Amino acid sequence: MMVGAFLSHSLHPSYLHLQRSDASSNHEHLSSVLTSLCVSPQQEGLDDGPDFLSEEDRGPRAVNVDLQTDATLQVDISDALSERDKVKFTVHTKSTLPNFKQNEFSVVRQHEEFIWLHDSFVESEEYAGYIIPPAPPRPDFDASREKLQKLGEGEGSMTKEEFTKMKQELEAEYLAIFKKTVAMHEVFLCRVAAHPVLRKDLNFHVFLEYNQDLSVRGKNKKEKLEDFFKNVVKSADGVLVAGVKDVDDFFEHEKTFLLEYHNRVKDSSAKSDRMIRSHKSAADDINRIASTLYTLGTQDSTDLCKFFLKVSELFEKTRKIEARVAADEDLKLADLLKYYLRESQAAKDLLYRRGRALVDYENANKALDKARAKNKDVLQAETTQQVCCQKFEKISESAKQELIDFKTRRVAAFRKNLVELAELELKHAKGNLQLLQSCLGVLKGDT
Amino acid sequence: MWFSWSPVAWCCLVSAEKDISPSSNGPKAEPVLFLCICAHMSILIVINFFVFLGDGMNAYMVYKVLTKTSLSIFSRDEVCVKRRFSDFLGLHSKLASKYMHMGYIVPPAPEKSIVGMTKVKVGKEDLSSVEFVEKRRSALERYLLRTVKHPALLKDPDVLQFLESSELPRAVSTQALSGAGILRMVNKAADAVNKMTIKMNESDAWFEEKQQQFDNLDVQLRKLHASVESLVCHRRELSVNTASFAKSAAMLGNSEDHTALSRALSQLAEVEEKIDQLHQDQACADFYLISELLGDYVRLITAVKGVFDQRMKTWAKCQDAQVMLQRKREAEAKLQHANKPDKLQQAKDEIREWEGKVQQGERDFEQISKNIRREVGRFEKDRVKDFRVVIIKYLESLVHTQQQLIKYWEAFLPEAKAIA
Repeated sequence: MMVGAFLSHSLHPSYLHLQRSDASSNHEHLSSVLTSLCVSPQQEGLDDGPDFLSEEDRGPRAVNVDLQTDATLQVDISDALSERDKVKFTVHTKSTLPNFKQNEFSVVRQHEEFIWLHDSFVESEEYAGYIIPPAPPRPDFDASREKLQKLGEGEGSMTKEEFTKMKQELEAEYLAIFKKTVAMHEVFLCRVAAHPVLRKDLNFHVFLEYNQDLSVRGKNKKEKLEDFFKNVVKSADGVLVAGVKDVDDFFEHEKTFLLEYHNRVKDSSAKSDRMIRSHKSAADDINRIASTLYTLGTQDSTDLCKFFLKVSELFEKTRKIEARVAADEDLKLADLLKYYLRESQAAKDLLYRRGRALVDYENANKALDKARAKNKDVLQAETTQQVCCQKFEKISESAKQELIDFKTRRVAAFRKNLVELAELELKHAKGNLQLLQSCLGVLKGDT
Repeated sequence: MWFSWSPVAWCCLVSAEKDISPSSNGPKAEPVLFLCICAHMSILIVINFFVFLGDGMNAYMVYKVLTKTSLSIFSRDEVCVKRRFSDFLGLHSKLASKYMHMGYIVPPAPEKSIVGMTKVKVGKEDLSSVEFVEKRRSALERYLLRTVKHPALLKDPDVLQFLESSELPRAVSTQALSGAGILRMVNKAADAVNKMTIKMNESDAWFEEKQQQFDNLDVQLRKLHASVESLVCHRRELSVNTASFAKSAAMLGNSEDHTALSRALSQLAEVEEKIDQLHQDQACADFYLISELLGDYVRLITAVKGVFDQRMKTWAKCQDAQVMLQRKREAEAKLQHANKPDKLQQAKDEIREWEGKVQQGERDFEQISKNIRREVGRFEKDRVKDFRVVIIKYLESLVHTQQQLIKYWEAFLPEAKAIA
């Protein structure tokens, strides 16, 4: 994917255009994020999961084709546009399913529409027994915009080179955030498309195909307040439901496991973020050091001038590598943890729904017994009990499979990302080492 | 692995045998030896760790200064004396008053730090106190080494007395709020004002050029120092955050129920823990190698600028003498017509006196200019060597860090791949 970033002369990136044309290193970046996160549960060889982004695989896949997935429905975000306060994603679909009018089509969607789709899944009774793929986080460029603004204000106080350098840095950062948000939105869609049941959802098809604005507005204050109360009730309820000991060992184990796991992933995610931020700060310092050394080199009247210039050059290069290390750690580690934080929450939600259904079922049983004892409204109580029983059993059945798949996905994703993290760390350390050693060789030779 | 250093040691650097990462030693722990050999000078100065005498706010640190030498001006090959921080300041003060006006660059003593010292006195045994104490010890050592490197200062009786005699009169005048201290502050202020008012007629382009160069160097070194300090701070932060992440990853590994992944996460936690130690060591290298060197040079350049100022003052004195001489001549010319023979004689005597002063002034000016040229040459040579040695040592520390990183990640990779 070629990134054509058109950041205007002004410091406000009012227009940022991300377009796919041919493969480059940026592409591998994104694709690895996505393939690690949306491995289809039905695939046998997990590493050969459908590579939704691979340019080469746009045609029929030669390896490990599973007729239940990919070839019939492929979704990706082919283009994205960043405007002052919103991002527009071009959702591109390729499908052989009969319900679509064409085989290939694109629509433009905004973040709110993704949220609408996610919420429609969550609120639907049909899907109570599935892990709903977590919604993508809102695109947040505020921090980056603020930094660019500060840079603009401080323009007078630094040299032209420093200013251009910092501007490039910040533009790169903005671009990175932008690519990430595109990736997050794409992962969500791919997960839905890969899910055997969710992919058939009507709202999903509307989302993919309807080429007008869905007129989904964000929630207004009243609705947000309602949501807040709903959440409060839900968490209180969740505590009650969680307290009920499950007869089924599998679910009991999953409950305890998920509760603890979710909390620990949250902690790890926060700590990894802090670690990576420090790393970035250190890289920024090295940048400043390199600049000052350069100035020293140009001004010095002694033999040190060549020395300083050489070291300045070295630090420029090592600094870039350090920045890459931080970026890769962010991608492979921090993003992984963030994603599984959200997924484990979705899994917890599933368990909650099942727990709720169980409680309802048990209550229905008790009501039936009471009705039979009083011999009043027995038929009604029987039907209610039947409904609750069916609902509970349906959820339990699919939930079991979902949770097993969740584990499989999680293990595969962690494996892939940890291996890639280690490989990238090694690559960068070796690169750094080589630069340092060659510079040392030159400097020692000079004396 | 930590290696010792000194910017002043050009030829051999002897590393201490044990792991002497400053963070692992408390102020009352075993002495940390930083051995520095100046091969050219055949003199070795080591400042060992200290004893804390007195108590409460009156407590003071006593440093053991060990000098080993083969030079004949010393009475013994090896001598060890006990000195207080104020003794060092006293030595500097004496040397400055003797030599600065001649154009010699007298190495500045380490700065006082009321805050730092108070914390140590109060008995805080935290990391910052330990570091403060180590930082000061190291700074005092570098100060003495720089002082004895100066050929004129080495022979100075005050320096010899400082290094050799077991008893030294307490340098009270170094206290900030003493009478002498206040006088110093007043003088400094007066100097600053004078500097602004003296407009020197610079006939020698060399001096103008050099002064400009030193001004530029000052600005850049300060900037560099600030950036390096920031780097040290961020690296320390990174180390802390990495340690914290390592613990969190270990917990995550514990709760993970897939055995292979759980093991891999624990391994990741171990790797990160090792890396955090690596960051800490690197931050120390950043600090003790580069940051302290830059700090020293920022202060040294202040001393250099001071010497240039002395030259200006000498010139001003010379000019004043000439003005005075002119006035005396005019006065004598007036008296010629007034017919007062005894006053005339006095005037003629005064003229001779001032002629002498003018000559002396011109000689002083020439001498100081000559001295400064020589001193600056020596200073620049030292500067080149110091920076070269330190930067190379620093790059070597960076190399070591990367090699360790490679080792750790290479050990982790098969663990990650083993997740099935």
